[in-house]
Amino acid sequence: MTDLMLDVRGLDVTFGSTTVLHGVDVTLAKGRTVGVVGESGSGKSTLAKVLVGSVRPSAGHVDVDGVDLVNHEHTSMRRYRRRVQMIPQDPYSSLSPRRTIGQTLAEAINPIRSRVSDHRDLIASWLERVGLTPDMMHRYPHEFSGGQRQRIAIARGLIIDPDFVIADEITSALDVSVQAQILELLAEIKESLGITMMFISHNLAVVQRVSDEVLVLYQGRVVEAGPVEEIYANPQHWYTRRLLDADPGSPGFSLAG
Amino acid sequence: MADTVNAVRTAAASPAGPRSFRWNAGLILGLGMLAVVALVAIFAPIVLGGQASGLGGTPNLGSTPEHPLGTDTLGRDMLARTLVATRATVLMAAIATALSSITGIAIGIAIWLAPRRIRELGLRAIEFAVSYPTMLVAIIVAAILGQGVVQVVVAIAIANVAGFARLTANLAAKIATSEYVTTARLMGVPASRVAARHVLPNMAEPTLILIAGAFSGALVEISGLSFIGLGAQTPAFDWGTLLNDGLNKIVVNPIVIVGPAVALTFTSLAALLVGDGLAAAANPRSNSTQARLVRDKAAPTIERGDAVLVADGITVAHGASGATLVSDVSFTIGRGEVLGIVGESGSGKSLTASVVAKLLGEGLSASARRLELDGVDLLGPVPPRELASKIGLIYQDPGTSLNPAMVLGRQLSEVLTLRLRHSRRASRELLLSKFRQVMLSDPEGRLRQYPHQLSGGMKQRAMIASAMSTDPVLLIADEPTTALDVTVQREVLTVLGRMNEESGTAVLFISHDLGVVRALCDRVLVMKDGKIVERIDDMAGLSAESVSHPYTKQLLAATPVVTLPTAAPTARTEGES
Repeated sequence: MTDLMLDVRGLDVTFGSTTVLHGVDVTLAKGRTVGVVGESGSGKSTLAKVLVGSVRPSAGHVDVDGVDLVNHEHTSMRRYRRRVQMIPQDPYSSLSPRRTIGQTLAEAINPIRSRVSDHRDLIASWLERVGLTPDMMHRYPHEFSGGQRQRIAIARGLIIDPDFVIADEITSALDVSVQAQILELLAEIKESLGITMMFISHNLAVVQRVSDEVLVLYQGRVVEAGPVEEIYANPQHWYTRRLLDADPGSPGFSLAG
Repeated sequence: MADTVNAVRTAAASPAGPRSFRWNAGLILGLGMLAVVALVAIFAPIVLGGQASGLGGTPNLGSTPEHPLGTDTLGRDMLARTLVATRATVLMAAIATALSSITGIAIGIAIWLAPRRIRELGLRAIEFAVSYPTMLVAIIVAAILGQGVVQVVVAIAIANVAGFARLTANLAAKIATSEYVTTARLMGVPASRVAARHVLPNMAEPTLILIAGAFSGALVEISGLSFIGLGAQTPAFDWGTLLNDGLNKIVVNPIVIVGPAVALTFTSLAALLVGDGLAAAANPRSNSTQARLVRDKAAPTIERGDAVLVADGITVAHGASGATLVSDVSFTIGRGEVLGIVGESGSGKSLTASVVAKLLGEGLSASARRLELDGVDLLGPVPPRELASKIGLIYQDPGTSLNPAMVLGRQLSEVLTLRLRHSRRASRELLLSKFRQVMLSDPEGRLRQYPHQLSGGMKQRAMIASAMSTDPVLLIADEPTTALDVTVQREVLTVLGRMNEESGTAVLFISHDLGVVRALCDRVLVMKDGKIVERIDDMAGLSAESVSHPYTKQLLAATPVVTLPTAAPTARTEGES
C-alpha cells in the first residue's frame, strides 16, 4: 500500500490515567485532504501531535508515509519531522516577535544556518504564493494583521516542500472574512501542489471547503469517517448531526435547541 | 474587550513586538549619574593617583579648604582616595555582575530547553539555592577562597548566579512553551540556536532591567566584603576598605566616612534609577493618558424617543497620534430589542461598545452629540452604582474574565453586594435564580465551584447569569461565542435569546460573524474602518441581493456554510478511500 500517506490502526493515547484517544483508525491516500472535526477535548490536537512525533502512542499502529511512529529510532525522527509539517493555530504566538519574516522562513529552510541571503529567491516566491509581497521579508510580525501572519505561517509550513501537512485550527483565531481568504488560499495551494493534508477544525462548514474526506472525533473515538459528500448528505451518528445543526450557516440551524 | 486593546496597540504602533522606546526622567537622570561615575572611574586614578596614595600630609584632619573631606590616619586626602577608589569598586561590581548574569542566564535558558526530568531537577536546585541569602553565600565563598580582589569578585558572582537563573528560568518558561519555539524545535533547529535566536532576544528587556538592579546590589555586596576585610588588601583600596578605615575614626573625625558613603549611595542609586527607568520605558502603559469622554458641541441629531439607548455621533480618537478609530457612529436600541454590530477586527465595533459602557481604554478620547441610557446622560458624571445596575457585560473569553482563585458565588455576586449593597444572602438567592434561568445544572453546587471546574460554555452561561443579575436595561455582549465550539456556541446563543425574551433586556451583540448575528438580532449595523457602512433592518430577508454595500456582501459570502449535496447518498463504504 505505497500510495497511502497515513495508515493508523487502533491508536490509543493515554496521559497518566486518562485515555485521550481510543482505538482511532485513519487512512489517507496521497494527495488527499482529510478534515478532522470535533469539539474541544475530543482529541483532535492529540492526534496531530502523534503524527508530528511529539506525543508517543500508547498502543496501536501508526505509519506515516512508511515511517513507523510507534517503534522509531531517535535519529530517524529528525529527518521525519521535516517531512511532516504542522501549521499552528494561533498566528499571534507562532511567529517570534524579534525575527523578521525572512529570518523565520530561512530558519524553516535551513534550521542550522538560517541565512536569508542564501534563500532570498525561494522566500520571495513563497511570499508571493501566499498573497504577500517579497519586500515584506524584512518586516517584523507585529507589522502584519492576523490573516497576513497566518499566510506567513502557511508559507513556513510549506516552504520546505513537506510530504504531509497538518493544519491545526488555523482559522479559528481569525475573522470570518479573513478565514474565507485563508481557506481559499489553502484550496488553491492544494490544487496546484497536490499536497496531502490533515485539516483540523471544530467547524464542519470550514472543513467542507478544503477537505476530500472527513473524520468526526467524539471523546477520543472516531464516530464517523468517509468522503465529505457522503457524511454531509447522510450523517449516521447523532453527534455528526448535532455538529451539522449547530453550525450557524447550516440549513438545520435554529436557536431553539 | 480584546478589540479595544488591539486598536490601541495598532494606533500606537507598539504591539507585543519591538516597541518604540520611551525616555523618562528617571532613566535620563540615572544614565547621567552613571556617566559621571564612569568619567571619574576613568580619569581620577590618572589625575589624582599620586595625591590619593602619597604619604606625608597631616593625618586625621577634619574638613579644611585643602582637604574638604579630611585626611586619613596616614595624612592622605579622603576626597582623592574616594574618587580614585571608584575605578576599582565599579570594575569589581561590573565584572561580578557580568559573570553572574552570563552564567545565570545560560543556566536559566538551558533548563527550559533540557529534557523534562533535567528541567524539574534544575528548577528545584535553583529554588534551593535561592533560599540562601546572597550575602551569606558570598561571605562563605569568599572565606573559602581567601582574601583578595579576584576572590571577592568570584564570590559575589557565584552568590548572584542563583537569582539570575531563577528569574531567567521564569522568563524563559513562557517563551520556551510558546508556539514559535515549539515550531522551531519541530523543524529541527538545535537547542543552542533556539536559545540564541528566539529565547534570548525575546527576554532582552526584562533581563537588562534585572542586570541594572544586580549591579547596584553587587556594588553594595563588594563594599560589604571589603568592609569586613575580605576584599581589596592594602595598599589597594576600594570604597569598602575606605569605609572600614573611616569607621575606626568615626567618633573623632566623622568627616572621613562621608566620601565613600556618598560615592556608594550615588552609584547604586544611579544603577537603580537606570533599572527602574528601563522598566518604565519597556512598559507601554506607563505613558498613556486616562480615557476621556466629552460632549460634542454640535446639536444632537437623534431625538430621545422611548429608546433604551440613544447613541448619537460617537467618535473615538487615539490621544497621542490623533488617528480616528470610530467616526460618527449613531444608533438607537429600543426596549427588548437585539441590535448586532458586525465587522472585522479593527472596525471599531468593540470600541463603540466600550464608549457606551464607559470603559474606554487608556490613551483614547471619545466624544458624542448625545449618549443616553434609559434616561441617564452618559456624557455627564454617572454614579458607578447606577451604571452597574443598568448595563450588563459579557466578554469574549470566559476563561480570562473570571478570577481563577475565587469561587463563582463570591465573584459573580460582587456587583450585587459591593455596588448595589444587597445582603450576601439576597445576592446569593438572586444569582441562583439567574443560574436556573441560564439552565446551569446543579446551580447551588456551581456557587461553590472555581472557574476551572466548569467548561467554556458553562462559564459563559455563568457570566450571562451574573450580567443579568442586576436586571440591566442593556446587555452588551462582545463576541461572547468566538472562543467556543459551534455546538456550545448554539447553546449560549439560545440562552441569550431566552434571557432577552423573558426579561425584556435590550442587547447590543458584537460579532465578526454575520451567520451568528443573523440568528439572534432584530437589526444589524455593519461597521468597517470605524464607520457604519450598512444598516440591515430586515433580518429575515437577509440575502446577497437585499444588502447594498460591497463589504456586507463580502461578509455574507465569507460566512462558512455547510452545503448539503442534493443527490441521494449511495451505499456507505467503511470510511476509507
